Amino acid sequence: MCLSIPSQVVELHPEDTTATVDTMGVTRRVSTHLISEPLNVGDYVLIHVGFAMNKIDEEAAKESLELYKEIVEKMEAEDV
Amino acid sequence: MSDLALKDLYQGFRDPETIKALLKQIADKAPGLKEPLKIMEVCGGHTHSIMKYGIHQALPDNIEFIHGPGCPVCVMPKERIDQAIALAQQPDVILTTLGDMIRVPGSKSSLAQARAQGADVRPLYDPMDAVKLAQENPDKTVIYFAIGFETTTPMTAVLVQMADQLGLTNLLLHVNHVLVPPAVHAVMADGQAKVNAFIGPSHVSVITGAKVYQPIVDAYQTPVVVSGFEPVDVLEAVLMLVEQKLADKAELEIQYTRAVTIDGNTGAQAMVDKYLAVRPEFRWRGLGNIPNSALGLSPDYPHLNAEIKFKDILPSEELDDHKACMCGDILKGLAKPTDCKVFGRGCTPQTPMGSCMVSSEGACHAHFKYGEVIL
Repeated sequence: MCLSIPSQVVELHPEDTTATVDTMGVTRRVSTHLISEPLNVGDYVLIHVGFAMNKIDEEAAKESLELYKEIVEKMEAEDV
Repeated sequence: MSDLALKDLYQGFRDPETIKALLKQIADKAPGLKEPLKIMEVCGGHTHSIMKYGIHQALPDNIEFIHGPGCPVCVMPKERIDQAIALAQQPDVILTTLGDMIRVPGSKSSLAQARAQGADVRPLYDPMDAVKLAQENPDKTVIYFAIGFETTTPMTAVLVQMADQLGLTNLLLHVNHVLVPPAVHAVMADGQAKVNAFIGPSHVSVITGAKVYQPIVDAYQTPVVVSGFEPVDVLEAVLMLVEQKLADKAELEIQYTRAVTIDGNTGAQAMVDKYLAVRPEFRWRGLGNIPNSALGLSPDYPHLNAEIKFKDILPSEELDDHKACMCGDILKGLAKPTDCKVFGRGCTPQTPMGSCMVSSEGACHAHFKYGEVIL
């Protein structure tokens, strides 16, 4: 029910407050009524029932992925 | 262009090596826990993810998940489903709702069965399609039966705004949005629930911000970690909870930092405040009446309110689940789905007798479907 899908903005349509987003190869038009901050092509957003809910914080995502890499490397080092 | 690819946002949080590494860290630290860790996940999406990936089976024995009241379809009482069916059966009405809702049985049938008998019921992917339907069908009344937790409330608010601004006279709403924090309090309040940590919902929190869980941390001295839906997210959240317990802490933390902030989407919150209003009371399937636990349409928009316009035909008799159903105890962690006498026998996803079996995000449904999955 509350699942949301990470997608990337490919085109903005300010005339009807929508954007075209790419969800892993599938493009569709979603409402951007709930995004108050500036939205740009290339931004990542979470999509839920036809609406962009928020912008995904890329720096935070990269930090998490970096942390996981370190955890995996640490485990592999311990295993050797 | 960013150096972060879209696929990283999917695969990075499902990576098997990371899952193994996090499981190992948890296993190394778990023996230090003074008491078994009983984690309630309050969101049906987490329940589904935990069961689907077999996360519950991969964790040490002293860490357990208790599946809370986080499935908005499951907690909808039968009388409200009966109301949706009664609306759908009115002449010249098109009843719209989000997909999951149409299979859930009320006292006698479901919206899907009502449709099979001729009622015009349309599942929507996007609530805005209700505006289009109303414009295309000026001789019909389009009713949006709004359901969901805080995740879906701002979309309903946008729909009210559109109906109001466009001056549509044939679009009405029947609003049944439920709220997470009052449900958590309802589970914890009598002190019986066997829960000593929480995983906070992912996308509810995108809208509300993590701040709404601070009163839960304060009231019950239990840590809350707001987590994403992917298996790596859930395991990192479990590790964070273990670390809090080992340090004797009870704090609010965010694991899902790429999407959730303390304050949430304040623009969306303002929309909800303007167009929706807290109901003094709402009956939850499996939990009973909970004060201030749901939203209805704001009293400023009576002309859009299906509950007012159709009040003479809406059934209101309160209908409980079958006596054998143990869903109330399951939601409090006092029983497991497999403790219930009717689980998998009289009560299955095809013929649910109680709320936890009605949608794939319910505790019993998820157990029925994925109970034996091992990571």
